[in-house]
Amino acid sequence: MALTFAMPGKRFVIGVPYTWLVVFFMLPFLILAYISFVDMGNDISPFKPIWDSETGLLHLKYENYYTIFQSGEGGLFQTLYIEAYLRSLWYALCTAVLCLLIGYPFSYFIARSAPSVRPALLMMVMLPFWTSFLLRVYAWKGILADQGVVNQMLMALGLTAEPIQMLYTDVSMLVGMTYVYLPFMVLPLYANLVKMDFRLLEAAYDLGASPFKAFWLVTVPLSKAGIIAGFMLVFIPCVGEFVIPSLLGGPENIMIGRVVWDEMFTSNNWPRASALAVVMIGLIVVPLAVYYHFSGDAAEPRA
Amino acid sequence: MKNLSTRYFGKAWLAATFLFLYMPLVFMVVFSFNSTRQDAEFTGFSLRWYEALTRDTKIVDGFWLSVQVATASGVASAVLATFAAFVLVRYRRFSGRTLFSGMVNAPLVMPEVVIGLSLLLLMVGIQNAFGWPQRGMLTIVLGHTLLGMAYGMVVVQSRLLEMDRAIEEAAMDLGAKPYQVFFLITMPNIMQAIFAAYLLAFTLSFDDVVIAEFLSGPGVNTLPQVIFGYARRGINPTIYAAATLLIASVTLVVIGYSVWVARQTRKREREMAAAVRAEMVALQPH
Repeated sequence: MALTFAMPGKRFVIGVPYTWLVVFFMLPFLILAYISFVDMGNDISPFKPIWDSETGLLHLKYENYYTIFQSGEGGLFQTLYIEAYLRSLWYALCTAVLCLLIGYPFSYFIARSAPSVRPALLMMVMLPFWTSFLLRVYAWKGILADQGVVNQMLMALGLTAEPIQMLYTDVSMLVGMTYVYLPFMVLPLYANLVKMDFRLLEAAYDLGASPFKAFWLVTVPLSKAGIIAGFMLVFIPCVGEFVIPSLLGGPENIMIGRVVWDEMFTSNNWPRASALAVVMIGLIVVPLAVYYHFSGDAAEPRA
Repeated sequence: MKNLSTRYFGKAWLAATFLFLYMPLVFMVVFSFNSTRQDAEFTGFSLRWYEALTRDTKIVDGFWLSVQVATASGVASAVLATFAAFVLVRYRRFSGRTLFSGMVNAPLVMPEVVIGLSLLLLMVGIQNAFGWPQRGMLTIVLGHTLLGMAYGMVVVQSRLLEMDRAIEEAAMDLGAKPYQVFFLITMPNIMQAIFAAYLLAFTLSFDDVVIAEFLSGPGVNTLPQVIFGYARRGINPTIYAAATLLIASVTLVVIGYSVWVARQTRKREREMAAAVRAEMVALQPH
């Protein structure tokens, strides 16, 4: 190939982004991993060096990880940290399920609408996505408040006499997260469903399947890849969500992102914050590995 | 097999979901014009919150800082994303390719809290070693560029993959040097994608609060950071006014951009058609 002429050029083209990523992506993670294994420092420095210059010994500390999994009085896995991890996973799972329940019919009906209106409908899905995420979450605070629009409507309709507390509960958390992540579910599902051959459904009808049976036995299995992709795209960022629990959650709804922040800036415990972040990476990597295991064969052809 | 009830159900479902997606936007636009400081009842039309917005120096300063940060990290992201996409698409074999593609894509799935924390640790380390840079605008730009590059790479990569390589090979056969091929042939062809990557990185940066919270220093607050601070305190219709202006400008940009793309596509189609016609005329026997 002609490109073999350009060996110095090739080295430069690869070198620029490579160096950048090593310095700003890999190095920070190595530092993070390093700090997660050292002691907290004294007043001046936030952590101690791993290498004791006086004794020449290496101090590898596992305490930061140990305290995540076991507390002094409680037993194994009975710590606030484990609770926060489990709560994060639980909210992420609920959000992904809710997004699927709302997003699947939504994507399906967009995919089955007239081809001329589809771009406009998709544009309408994307448009809120391009306006500030923070502001859209903040708006829910007003909508779901005790004196907010939703409660006023419920009371006007006579469905409830007293305002229902929705803000700072699971309700506001899940509404906010489902709201923010719904487009992440809709886009891959739509991309999948729009390619589906709807003649297959008609064939199922002709062979006597009920609409429900045809949907369950034909449409759903054909859109499996889109369902899995959408589920991952919602689940993974949800686990680390920081802004939504800060604005819409109460003290009961603290997620792991917030815990990392508090360890870092309130307790000033850099090593523990780092250890918590390393475990968090583990939580993300495991479902991703499973995902690639099942979809990897088709997703990226080996070079 | 379309019966009336499923069609009805489909329309209703679409309408309800769009209502859900647009309710917060409508809510903010409506109450930004409210005459009192509350968001439960519309008490009358006024522009007082827009006036308050122009006088709020924290918001105005934050806005300008965010514009600078987003512009800088948008440009840096678009450039780096183009480099990275080019490497991944064109260089099929080089040592460390797996690591490279892993590192480019990883920021897409990493929680922002983890990215923010690890970059903060890096910046503190660099600052301890060299006494520079102070946490502030530069560090936020670097953090946002990491994120913007990953998203921008996906956009540029898909355009590069569908590009016709024959014209590059033709240019090389005609004696163009590799850098000439890139700047004269490849880049004009993928310019739309590079611009889209810039827009995406700009938006991500303009919207981000988590990485900025980790990497900013004292007295340096981007617009999302200012809004985040206000939002945690309670109702503030000034934010609704800011949101309304933002919604209006994003709507204009998105509509303008899609009109531009549609026009470009049509223009290219017309030019192609004209070229084909000219060729047909030239080939006709006289």
